[in-house]
This record gives sequence, C-alpha cells and structure tokens, in this order.
Amino acid sequence: MSLATMSAQITDFANRADPYPLYAALRESPVTRQDDGSYLVSTYYEVRSLANDPRLSNDLRNRPPGAGGPAVAEEDPNQPPSFIFHDPPEHERLRDTAMRQFGPPHSPRFLHDMREDLAKIITDLLDPLEGKTEVDVVDDFAYPLPVTAICKILGVPREDEPLFHGWADTVASGLDPSQGKEKPRQARVELGAYLSDLIDSRRRHPGNGILGPLARETGPGGSMSKAELVATSMLLLIAGHETTVNLISNTTLTLMRHPDILKRFQSEPGLVVPLIEEVLRYEPPVQFVPFTIALSDIDIAGTTIPKGSQVWLLLASANRDPKRFADPDRFDPDREDNQHLGFYTGIHYCFGAPLARMEAQLALPQLFRRIENPRLLADPPPYRVNPVLRGPRHLPLAIDGLVA
Amino acid sequence: MSADGDVKALRRKGRIVVVGASLAGLRAAETLRDQGFTGSLTLVGDEPYEPYDRPPLSKQVLLGLECAEDTALPRTRDIDAEWRLGVAAAGLDRAAKDVRLVNGDTLPYDRLLITTGTKARPWFHPEEAALDGVFVLRTRDDSARLFRKLAAGPRRVLVIGAGFTGSEIASVCRERDVEVTVAERAPAPLVGALGEVVATVAARLQRDHGVDLRCGVSVTALEGDPAGRLRRAHLSDGSAIDVDVAVVCLGALRNTEWLAGSGLAAGPRGVACDAGCRVFDANGIVTDDIYAAGDVARCPHPLFGYQFLSLEHWGNAVEQARIAAHNMLCASTDRRPHLWVPMFWSVQFGVNIKSVGVPTLGDQLVVAQGALDEARFVAVYGYRGRVIAAASFDAGKWLGFYQQQIEAGAPFPPDYALVDRRTDTLQPVDPAFPDPHLPTHEPTVTVTGHSPTERRVQFVAPHA
Amino acid sequence: MRLVVDLNRCQGFAQCAFLAPDVFALHGGEALLFTSRFDEALRDQVEQAAAACPVQAILVDFSDEPTKGAEGRVG
Repeated sequence: MSLATMSAQITDFANRADPYPLYAALRESPVTRQDDGSYLVSTYYEVRSLANDPRLSNDLRNRPPGAGGPAVAEEDPNQPPSFIFHDPPEHERLRDTAMRQFGPPHSPRFLHDMREDLAKIITDLLDPLEGKTEVDVVDDFAYPLPVTAICKILGVPREDEPLFHGWADTVASGLDPSQGKEKPRQARVELGAYLSDLIDSRRRHPGNGILGPLARETGPGGSMSKAELVATSMLLLIAGHETTVNLISNTTLTLMRHPDILKRFQSEPGLVVPLIEEVLRYEPPVQFVPFTIALSDIDIAGTTIPKGSQVWLLLASANRDPKRFADPDRFDPDREDNQHLGFYTGIHYCFGAPLARMEAQLALPQLFRRIENPRLLADPPPYRVNPVLRGPRHLPLAIDGLVA
Repeated sequence: MSADGDVKALRRKGRIVVVGASLAGLRAAETLRDQGFTGSLTLVGDEPYEPYDRPPLSKQVLLGLECAEDTALPRTRDIDAEWRLGVAAAGLDRAAKDVRLVNGDTLPYDRLLITTGTKARPWFHPEEAALDGVFVLRTRDDSARLFRKLAAGPRRVLVIGAGFTGSEIASVCRERDVEVTVAERAPAPLVGALGEVVATVAARLQRDHGVDLRCGVSVTALEGDPAGRLRRAHLSDGSAIDVDVAVVCLGALRNTEWLAGSGLAAGPRGVACDAGCRVFDANGIVTDDIYAAGDVARCPHPLFGYQFLSLEHWGNAVEQARIAAHNMLCASTDRRPHLWVPMFWSVQFGVNIKSVGVPTLGDQLVVAQGALDEARFVAVYGYRGRVIAAASFDAGKWLGFYQQQIEAGAPFPPDYALVDRRTDTLQPVDPAFPDPHLPTHEPTVTVTGHSPTERRVQFVAPHA
Repeated sequence: MRLVVDLNRCQGFAQCAFLAPDVFALHGGEALLFTSRFDEALRDQVEQAAAACPVQAILVDFSDEPTKGAEGRVG
C-alpha cells in the first residue's frame, strides 16, 4: 500500500465499513509521514503520548498556510471556533464555563438526575415499534434518542429539529479532511444565526436546560462572549447529533455479529457496563483526530515530526494495537484494564462522554430486552459518509415483535 | 542445591513474614499469591486494624465525609494469610531467621518483608505533648480523635508545620469555618518539597482562604491550664496565641527501632536496600532473604544520581511492594528494578497539587505552562541541564508528559514551544530550596519500556 | 464493599463524579474526593464509575468480609 495515499484511503468511502486492515498496515510503523507533510500516528502508546503532549496544538490558527484540515470559521471574528479548537487557557475558560452547568464541581447531579427522563425517552421511542417486523435501529432509535436528549439538556426546542438536522450534518462533514469547506462554512452561518436568536430569547426567558444560564454568562462580567456561546452550543448540539448515534448503532451491530455475547447480554443486562467500554475500544464513534499541529519538533518512536506539521491521531487504530491490547481484534466485554482511547484523552477528553455512556447504558438493555429475535438484514450495513464520526447510516433488523 | 532450586521450594512451601500490615504489606501479600506462592504467609501489624488508606485521614475524614473506621483498603484478591494485628514486632534474629513480637511469640521465616512505614514525629516536649488538645495525625485513631475535636467547634486551631499534612489540615479547618493559625519555620508552606517560588503560591492560597499564616517563626512552647488542657502557644517572635487545639505536623520518623541489633542497615532514615528491594546489612552487603518496601525503605534510584531515596508516597508503596514480592520469589536473573518515578498529590483549598520526579534536586525552575498568579500552572525543575521534576497546580493532565521528559533525561530548560506558555516566565530561575544538598555523581540514564517487565535503565551520552 | 482511587493515576477526568455522585466528588476543578465504603444500593453506580475511568484508577472490592484471624489475635 502506498503511504502517500494512506489518509486518502482512510477517508475513501469504500473503506468505511472496515477500516481496520488499513490501520493494521499503518501500525507497522507507529508514525507515518505522508507526501503532503502530514503525519499519521497509529499505535497506542504514541497516540496517547501525543494526545497529552503540550507541544501539540488544537488551535487552527497555528496551522501552516494552505494546509487542509477541518473547516471552521477561524478567520471570521463573528464565528470563533468552539473550545475543541482552542488551546489553554482559552480552552479552559470556555470549557469550564460550559461545565459549570453540566457537571461537577458546580452541577454534580445534573446528568444523574436526568436518568429518569432518559429512560422515558427510550420507552417512548421503543413503544411505537409494536407490530413492526422490521426496524431501522438508526432512524428509529439510535438517532432520535441522543437528539432528544441533547435538545432537552441544552434547552433547544425539539420541534425545531427538522430545521437544524441538515445544518448539523453539514457542519460535522467539515471534520472530514477530504470534503470541501464551503458547505460546512455556510451551514455554520445558518446554524449560528438560529442559535444566536435562541440565545437572545433564553437570556430573557431561561426556560429549562443549560442554554439559559449560559446565556446569562455572556452579559457584563460573564466569562464568555455571545459568539463564543454560539460556538459552544453548536459544538454540543452537533456532538449530541453525530456521535452517540454511532455508539448505540455500533454496539447493536457488534452484538448482532457476536450472537454468543448477545445471548449472554440478554440474560445479564449488567454486562452493558463493560460492553459499552469494549465497543468504545473496538468500534469507537470518533475514529481519529485529524487536526492537531506540532508547535515544535517532536521526537517520537524514532521519527521527528517537524514544527508546523499536521498530525492525525488514529484513535481507532491505537485501540487495536496488539502491543497494548491482547488479541485486539477480538470483541471481549470481559477484557480487563481496558484503557481505550475511544473518548480521546488529555485536556480534550470528550465533554459529553458521561452523557453518551448514560444514554448507551440505559438504551441497549431496553432495546435488546424488547425486540424479539432480531436478525441483521444487511452486513455490512450502509455507512455514513463521514470517516471521522463513523457509523452506520441505516441498521435494518428483522424482528418477530416487541415485548412490553 | 542451586539458588534457583531453592526458589521453587520456597514458592511451594516456604514461610514468608510481612512486618507492617500497611498498604505496602497488603499489596505485597497479594502479589505473592498472584505469582503462585502457596506457602505460609503471615502479616504483622502494630495497630489492631486491617490495612487502611491513609490519604483520606487528612481530607475526607476531617471534613466529615466519611468515618476513619471506613478506610479499610479494598483487596485485589484473597491472600489466605495469618494475621497478627495489634501486636508489634520487637526484634529480628537473622541467624535464627525469626521475628520476635512484643508478646514474646516468634515467627520463623524463609523470606522477610519489612513494611513498617513511619510514625508522626511527636512534639519535642513530652509534657506539653500530653496536654489535652495536642494532636499528631498519622493513624486512623489520630484522625478520628482530631475529627471529633474539630466537630466540637474549637475556637482556634494551631497547625505546627506547613508541609503537606499541615497545609491540608489548615484547608479542612477553613472549610469547616474553624479559625486556624499556621506556624512554619520556613519562609512559606511546602517550601521544603517544592521550593520558595512555588511555595509562594501555596502561601497566597492559605491567606486568601483566611488562614492566619505565620512564616519564619517556630512554636517554642505549648501552655496548658490547670486541668491539663491546651490554652496558649508561644512563638519564637515573642508572641502568644490563644488556642485550644494544636496539630503537630513536623514530618515522620521511620519505624526501625525494632531492628536495632539486627545487623541490618536500618536507622532513623530508613532501611537501606538495593533497587531490587533487598535489604543491606550494616556492612553494606546485600541480604538475600530480607526485603523492604514503602515509606521505611531507602533505595538508590538511577534517574536521580543513584541517590538513596526514601519516599513517603502512596504510589511508591504500591509499586515497591509489588517489585519486592516479585523479586522474593524469582530466580536472580528475573529480578526487576524498582524504577518508579516519585509522584505525589495533595488537595488544599480546592486546588489539586501534584508532583512527579524529585523537585528538591532542582537547581533551576521554569513555569512551563500557565501562570503562578492564576494558581493553575506546571513548574518544571531542572538539574544540571536536564529535566528532573515537575509540579502542577490544577494542571495534572500534563504531568504524564513531564514524566516522560524525566525518564528520557530531556534537556532543561525546555526549549520548545508549547500550549499555554506565557511570555512573562520564560527565564529559568532558582527554585529557592532552603537547604540544597546536591549529589556529585550523576551519569545520565533514561528509563525504557512501558510495562514493569520491560522497564530498564539505559545509559546515554550526557546532553551538551 | 470498599474502594480506593489511585490519585497518582487520577487526572481529574471526573467521569466517576458524573456517574456516581453519591460516592465521588470533585473538590475544586480537578481534585477528587471519594468515600471508601459503600453499600449495596450504590453498587451499580460504583461499577459504572470504575469502568468509565479513562485511566482505570479505581479499585473496587465488592466483598465485605472482615479479615480472618485479625480480631482474635489482638493484644
């Protein structure tokens, strides 16, 4: 396989259903230089080390002129990037502000107290499957659940979903290094305008959800500007749309492919806890982080990554590194010491990880308790275009019916 | 019989005695069983409690979030041991290969592990130390007593010594809205561990939270009332403070008295052992049947000039215990070195303080990330041109990187760009330790490998 | 049932404090406090917290047996 085309092959839709042989080939050397000057990092210890390396920046203003990478409106002062595209201290200021409403230390029970609401959303999504003999796990369940949840958490009207669904998809496609930047940029403008109006109205009438209190942070003496709150809420809304859906559908698909484990899971619902962690290792919803930039020369695994290089951290490949995980291509929920990188690591560790875990841990036992005799109708199923936020576009299952 | 033949018999039916029913003792015992040891295993502890976790004793317990009795350590496995709790070891006879207990019992051993740890240094004046209201904090019982006293609402607490324990107690007092004075002989809290540059931040944290911090003074006398209750403390600057509680936080003493006359290299600074945890005798000759681990052990660390380090660190106790247990049971060629890079943490005034490496060796310091005046930063310590340590305030996620820099013998000062580097702190400064005692012998070494089985030292050419 | 967190490994990701707020809490922005002993009602929370720890720093012991031989020999 030609190294020059490795990133092109990873983003090539033809490899979406099974990118793992590509990663295995890449792991023959931990760090691979491509002809365009970018570096692919594929092995566990090297990915983990770089994700924690302060010489690596997420701030796209540091990227060399003409470089590829995600489309974010870094040149437009009215559209500042979200906190994942910032370094400290701005990253901490923005992320900590959002965290004040979302989790500890200031709101330690906020998510915990949503468990019952989440359980009800799940029931409300599963009940209508009564009488059906075929379900699309993505459209009927894995997509609407996190969308409903994130709308509730943010305080975004669920009925506006048809409006922002397309924008969210298009903005997320900006993460795909192989896609054009104009459409994501346009979608950002439109979604930004929508959120900006919403924030204005939440400042007057906070309502439920975290946008109300955050909107008040943008006033005098607050800790973020309104444009920064637009960027933050856009990030959370999109992440709520585009990632947990993959975790739920990847788990479903993986279980359908491992009938022995599925059988065990149906009689032992507590297995969901290690099961989800193993899916995060085995089929992570975020496959790689293609946008970090070296601020200085970095020596790693016998290679020097020169200052200014773009660096791709291949999380999904690191998670299958045989030097770290015994028998890494085996799906094993009993695996011990599962320190996967499915939610990344370091200061940019996934903000919504606890929400994603909570949703998946509540959703999957209910799904597999209620659907009777599920059979996979397409293997592999059709995939989404996005190579970074990778998951099935549809996941059709034949079922015999629904248990109450 | 060959030495390795002995090992096989030892693993099957040997007798192992662990003196010190502590974190180190427990983890060592678990490792012995994990590695297939089927002989008899005895754990001796001077306290009547099974092994418990000490860090919560100066934090969660004093805050009232949990009881001192609830700190028993979780087990990683069943160890099928004979427990001798509440009965201290009184002596060691190396020729007879047995440990004598204070109740007169003797415990014969084929291998002995010493994990007796430390005790709190008591107040120097015994009568004053006996006053009602004078405390030390080391054990579960100490913590329970101090908690009850704090819960009763004292008028003012005096903390004598602003090391980590003293600073944590001062922090708890302020969280409980108890007035507290801290008396520290040095110019700032934590100065002995982190140097004055960083310690200045710790001092500001204390004062910002309402601690009456008095540096550069020592407590000269504790005065009681006729009923024997503490009522006043006298300071070296001539002042006196009315207090009803004093907590003596003047560091720790190694529990080695019971080894007097044993012929081992054991004294007030600990039990000297090699990097494989084998204890030296008084002649500097290594024994083959006696091992040490945890706070009581001193062993040479290649990364830090082969100095004998004695570390009162939780993580060191765990790691050294596992290495000692492994080495007790294996052939000489399978022994592993204890290459743990020193690491500790402390929580005070809502700030997480962590450190990796040996800051006290540092001759220079840079604030590599963040800013001192925001109390969110990483300070990196250099020693003769290489990175030797790092300390973080609320920036612990970066420490893994600096640990790698230490293990790789990376050049100091760091000459690279990195995130959150502020322009006002680029120049290295003297970290300002009160009493630097620099070693003179320092080959540059690096640590290689990720897992315990791979970790080895490699010599490299010195950095220019 | 009891647990301990290796606070050298802990980097303040706070996943445990989200999933098991009755057992784990952040003290300030990064430091973790936990209660060592917990009962059956919190078992699910603790299991979720331990599994979610990105650096696997939480050691849980679901047994609650007193140390055999400990009490009888005191003195």
